[in-house]
Amino acid sequence: MFAVFVIFLPFIMALFLPAVHRLIGDRLIGWYVMAVPLVLFATLVRLIPRIADGEVIDVSYAWIPEAGIDLAVRVDGLGMIFALLITGVGTLVALYSIYYLSPRESLGHFYVYLLLFMGAMLGVVFSDNLMLLYTFWELTSISSFLLIAFWYHRKGSRYGAQKAMLITVMGGVSMLAGFLMLYFMTGTFSISEIIGMRETLAGESLIVPAMFLILLGAFTKSVQFPFHIWLPDAMEAPTPVSAYLHSATMVKAGIYLVALFTPLFGGLDAWFWSLSIAGIVTLLWGAFNAMKQNDLKALLAYSTISQLGLIMSLLGFGSAALSADAAGDPTVYAAAGFAALFYLLNHSTFKGLLFMVIGIVDHEIGTRDIRRLGGLMSFMPVTFTFAVIGSFSMAGLPPFNGFLSKEMFFGAAVNIASGQPFAGGAEVLFPVVGWLASVFTFVYCTIIVYRTFLGPVQPEKIDRVPREAPKGMLVAPGILAALVILIFFFPNIIGKYVIGPAMPVMFPVLSQEANLVPEIEAWHGVNLPLVMTFGVIALGLLLFITFRHWKRIYRVAPFRWTMDSIYRGLLQTGEAGSTIVTDLYMTGRSRDYFAFIYVFFLVTVGGMLFLTGAFEPDFSRGPVGIFEISFVIIMAFAAIAMLFARSRITATLLNGVLGYSVAIFFVFFRAPDLALTQTVIETVTTVLFLLCFHFLPEWKPEDSPLRTKIVNGLIAIGAGTLVTAFGLTVQGYDVYSSISSYFEDSYKLAGGSNIVNAILGDFRAFDTMLEVVVLFIAGIGVYTLIALKPKKGGDDIEGK
Amino acid sequence: MEFHMTILVGILVTVAVYLLLSRNMVRIILGTAVLSHAVHLLLITMGGAGEGKVPLLRESEGPYADALPQALILTAIVISFATTALLLVLAYRTYEESGSDNMNTIRRIDRE
Repeated sequence: MFAVFVIFLPFIMALFLPAVHRLIGDRLIGWYVMAVPLVLFATLVRLIPRIADGEVIDVSYAWIPEAGIDLAVRVDGLGMIFALLITGVGTLVALYSIYYLSPRESLGHFYVYLLLFMGAMLGVVFSDNLMLLYTFWELTSISSFLLIAFWYHRKGSRYGAQKAMLITVMGGVSMLAGFLMLYFMTGTFSISEIIGMRETLAGESLIVPAMFLILLGAFTKSVQFPFHIWLPDAMEAPTPVSAYLHSATMVKAGIYLVALFTPLFGGLDAWFWSLSIAGIVTLLWGAFNAMKQNDLKALLAYSTISQLGLIMSLLGFGSAALSADAAGDPTVYAAAGFAALFYLLNHSTFKGLLFMVIGIVDHEIGTRDIRRLGGLMSFMPVTFTFAVIGSFSMAGLPPFNGFLSKEMFFGAAVNIASGQPFAGGAEVLFPVVGWLASVFTFVYCTIIVYRTFLGPVQPEKIDRVPREAPKGMLVAPGILAALVILIFFFPNIIGKYVIGPAMPVMFPVLSQEANLVPEIEAWHGVNLPLVMTFGVIALGLLLFITFRHWKRIYRVAPFRWTMDSIYRGLLQTGEAGSTIVTDLYMTGRSRDYFAFIYVFFLVTVGGMLFLTGAFEPDFSRGPVGIFEISFVIIMAFAAIAMLFARSRITATLLNGVLGYSVAIFFVFFRAPDLALTQTVIETVTTVLFLLCFHFLPEWKPEDSPLRTKIVNGLIAIGAGTLVTAFGLTVQGYDVYSSISSYFEDSYKLAGGSNIVNAILGDFRAFDTMLEVVVLFIAGIGVYTLIALKPKKGGDDIEGK
Repeated sequence: MEFHMTILVGILVTVAVYLLLSRNMVRIILGTAVLSHAVHLLLITMGGAGEGKVPLLRESEGPYADALPQALILTAIVISFATTALLLVLAYRTYEESGSDNMNTIRRIDRE
């Protein structure tokens, strides 16, 4: 019950938000929203000791039991880390938003989307059912879309939102296909049950395709190369959103998914290589691109891409621990998984901090373009301090938490390179590439601090006088800055109580190993990772100083040929293609649409009957009366004469002849009610036609070309022939006995001796009622068309 | 009898479809009217044209003509009347707004 409450509280609060907003106004609504993650965070913190003891909270309610879809919630060590991030960072972001957003913005929308996201994200990390996970997963994409497009009057916001949506939903759908494959193999949607079957699943042939499809979902969400392109455009969102969704939580959903499925797929070499290579490439490419950005937020976006790549590669390294063939001590490799989660946590602190710092600069100065900034240190000392803490932590310097996790990354990469668990040979490159990316990271961290806060002030390029941010805005980044330092000094509290419990979840086979949860040490003697850090600083400083000289490398061909241009090309081609196809059949001519309908009827119905040999026309004539046959001839002549009628009056009268003849046929065929109704209706219809002719011009002979007329004639003859052939065939069939005898009991069942009336008024009374509704709607239509004409010279709604 | 009726229905459908495919609004509306005549005749023919007695319990002892198609057709007659009326008014208003009863001309106005 409790766990379900955690997921649904944000949704419930979002539901009440509009009413509360009206009640307490713009100034207090932010505090109402902030209370949600704060309460949840406090609740979750109280759970930490239980989870740290290895307890797992499982709750399940039947939702769609026929399909095996349950409202199954599972709180374990892994989900806990993410939930703490979602609620913890969520509280700080809500607090920051209160000061960041002007009351003139549509705050109601913003906070509803934010709560929607919060609930969806908590749903993702606590779901124990694949379909539930998928639902929440897509809900995060939707809320992200809404938040990116928050300033929807900007073209860039709409473009960024669409791009993020297209890419993440594409990945989500592929992930769904992967989930369905898992269901096909196991017969259950329950994640814990599927993971429990990992040994029997290992031999299935579908396991590798399912793995790749699920990875596609994770890679698109967690911006791995080449799907990273949506994140820089997503920076159009308000900065608190970027800090929350696009760095601390949502983009980590892919990381969560990979960690969740590590026990299932870990040990497969395809898993190891996909994660490691995608991660390492993303790490390098993101860091390399971050250096050239002039927009500080774009720089942070690329740095987020790079660091998500780092975490992804660490999860890849860690999965080697689950391989049966891997050489060496598995816990050595498992340490990489630990490092991944530790880095993930640290990243949320320092990157959230940096986003908030950039947000403050943007808010106070009015720009975040480093070409216009500089020398802000003396104006904004507190913000400057925060920027230094965040940047140095990101660069991997002591005494900040980033140092610890970066050292662990180096250590893990070196272990993989020396251990060669899958004997591929390419592992040797991992520490080299990782080290190079860290050098780039160092360079862009220096750029953030130096180009923004040091150097000369450029007052002519900024519109406002620089000043420190209001105190309230500094609280949230202040808490994060404090955490960055505290985690450095007391890393093992986090390691033991928050990250430790996730290790047996990710590596269930190793759960009995004593040293599964490693001790984090700030000082471990002079070893290879430390030497690598010194190298990073030395080369990083050198590259930063000489940046102007080697900047030209970005103009070299392969670096300009971006994934972005491919995306744009695909989108444009797709739109152009669909326009061509649509214009091909949506001609705007009613003649074409009718032709499509009848040709389709001919091809499918006629073709099907012909192919299956179902045409068995019954040519028996039966007795024919003289009256009947004469009316058949009258009708046939009247109908054909309509085609040649010169004036519309003639045609309408001929239609009347048809109608009255139909009435006479109803008499022949023992249907007195029909004959009466038909006579009345036919009279009224003819009057209506004649009335309309008063307002309409005399018709002209059809001016279509002869070719069109011939085609029309062929279609018409085809349709008539098919109906006749069909009718004759049906008469030959006598497969089912008639149900009509049931209605002949109408006096007993319905109290009516007129069977037709009893059917209309009793047996099928609902049909009759709906028929009346149709009449009513047509009546409203007629009334609207005639009575509600737009006044001459009045407001023209459509703006012709 | 059914044979002749079915041939007649085929002729009516041919005429109706040809009218529907034309450009003039009044021709199209007449096409829908003829098409509904065709369908009503087809339905009553399929129910066994001219067999049995009038389906009024007090009048005779039976066997009665099939009452179910009759009920269906009664509904259909009323609905086809409603649609014809609506289409006629639509044509009148369209002509009033666009000054044309030719579907192709109206289409060009719409695209401009």
